[in-house]
Amino acid sequence: MLTAFFFYFAFATVVSSIFTIGFRSPVYCTLALLSTFLHVAGLFVLLHAEFIAAIQIIVYVGAVLVLYLFILMLLDLKSNESFMHKQVWWAVFFGIVIIVEILIGLFKSPIMGKMPVPVSAEEAIGNTQAIGLALFNKYLLPFEVVGLILLGAVIGAMVLAKKVPLKQKAVSAKVE
Amino acid sequence: MELGITILVTVLQIAAVLGVVLTHVAYLTYAERKILSDMQDRLGPMEVGPHGLLQPLADGLKLFFKEDIIPAGANKIIFSAAPILVLVPALIGFAVVPFGRDSLQIGAIEITPYITDINIGLLYILAFSSLGAYGILLGGWASNSKYSLLGGLRSAAQVISYELPLGLALVGPILLSESLSLTDMTVAQGGGIWRWFIVSQPVAFVIYMICAIAETNRLPFDLPEAESELVAGFFTEYSGMRFSFFFLAEYANMILVSCIAVVAFLGGWQAPLPALEFIPPIVWFLAKVYFLLFFYIWLRATVPRLRFDQLMAFGWKVMLPIALVNVLLTSIVKYFLNQWAEK
Repeated sequence: MLTAFFFYFAFATVVSSIFTIGFRSPVYCTLALLSTFLHVAGLFVLLHAEFIAAIQIIVYVGAVLVLYLFILMLLDLKSNESFMHKQVWWAVFFGIVIIVEILIGLFKSPIMGKMPVPVSAEEAIGNTQAIGLALFNKYLLPFEVVGLILLGAVIGAMVLAKKVPLKQKAVSAKVE
Repeated sequence: MELGITILVTVLQIAAVLGVVLTHVAYLTYAERKILSDMQDRLGPMEVGPHGLLQPLADGLKLFFKEDIIPAGANKIIFSAAPILVLVPALIGFAVVPFGRDSLQIGAIEITPYITDINIGLLYILAFSSLGAYGILLGGWASNSKYSLLGGLRSAAQVISYELPLGLALVGPILLSESLSLTDMTVAQGGGIWRWFIVSQPVAFVIYMICAIAETNRLPFDLPEAESELVAGFFTEYSGMRFSFFFLAEYANMILVSCIAVVAFLGGWQAPLPALEFIPPIVWFLAKVYFLLFFYIWLRATVPRLRFDQLMAFGWKVMLPIALVNVLLTSIVKYFLNQWAEK
């Protein structure tokens, strides 16, 4: 039963990520990416990581992707949407490099050849609590650093967005 | 055999909850029209059945038999999928709402007052309610109409902005009950009205209610469908059954956010006083939900609509900071209370 679900989620994830880069219309690409995210969340549920699954949906599906869709609809790309599809050879080159890297990583990793442990070790205390304890005890410093980096990104975005366009600058310079 | 019975019971439970919710949706439209007309000193629907009681049935039949129009130039697949994308997230949340306390025991089969009690109940509801924005956005885009697109964009902007303080407001009850499960949250509020989280988290409750109204696109936050500016907003081009899906979703969402408010702040199925516990828990639950729904309609009759820039500024500059400060203060107080309790 679980295996069947796993194969469904894995298959759907792969197919929809292929569609994500395959479709010509940007809105369709976004929808395929939406399906990818949802199926990855399904994989998390199968691994008993319900908290991660919910956060995956809330952050990626509920916030990030909605904003993408929002921007795409405002931009209304029509003329040069096939621009990215002309760089086939670059794509093939980098694709092969990345696949080789993944395969090397996979064969060198200690989990290869062993059966993964099918139990979730933290089920007894609930995985939300386990994540909280790990984040705020063992990984407190990295967690805080990530927070700081994100804060920097937010401030950077605001600085960029608030920048006065060149035309306006010229006008205001004339007025002065 | 065992598995078969479990699946059968679950399917029956889902069917029962869906039936109850959809009946409530139908009669919520009737209640809204009646209460509004009462407040505006007129009669409201009176023709179909005694006091218009069969009006929702007539409305449903009318919508069912209406011509289904897909505008020329619309994106057919997405246009058809959008209403479903709105309705499903609105209904799926009811799976984790605990309606009562006691399970029903029939032979070996135990029928629980909720469909499932997952340990991340609240996050589950938040995750799926965030999916609703897609239906609105895509419905507006696929209609190939300016008004629809503008309505869809407005609505998406509004839903994204108010989702943040809504989630943060719910952090207060989560911190106090130390659980994300809606059942545990209700149990944590047992023992009388002073134990309800509305008493210890009044700010969070107000933020939650305001954001919930904005999330469900109700007056005074119904800018995505402001008639005077955008015809009917993102569902301008929809007709017949597809239109009714959007309509159902709006009212189902109203009921869902009321249920969450009741569970998170008003003690769920708990009685307000220990002496009143002889009244069945489900009656308390329903009474609280009905009160909140009445409050919604009351608000619609009272408050005028906001301007769009006011709405966004209010969401980001007022609601979000207050919600953040509330989370901070609650966690500090909770931390020191725990320390004190250990000593």
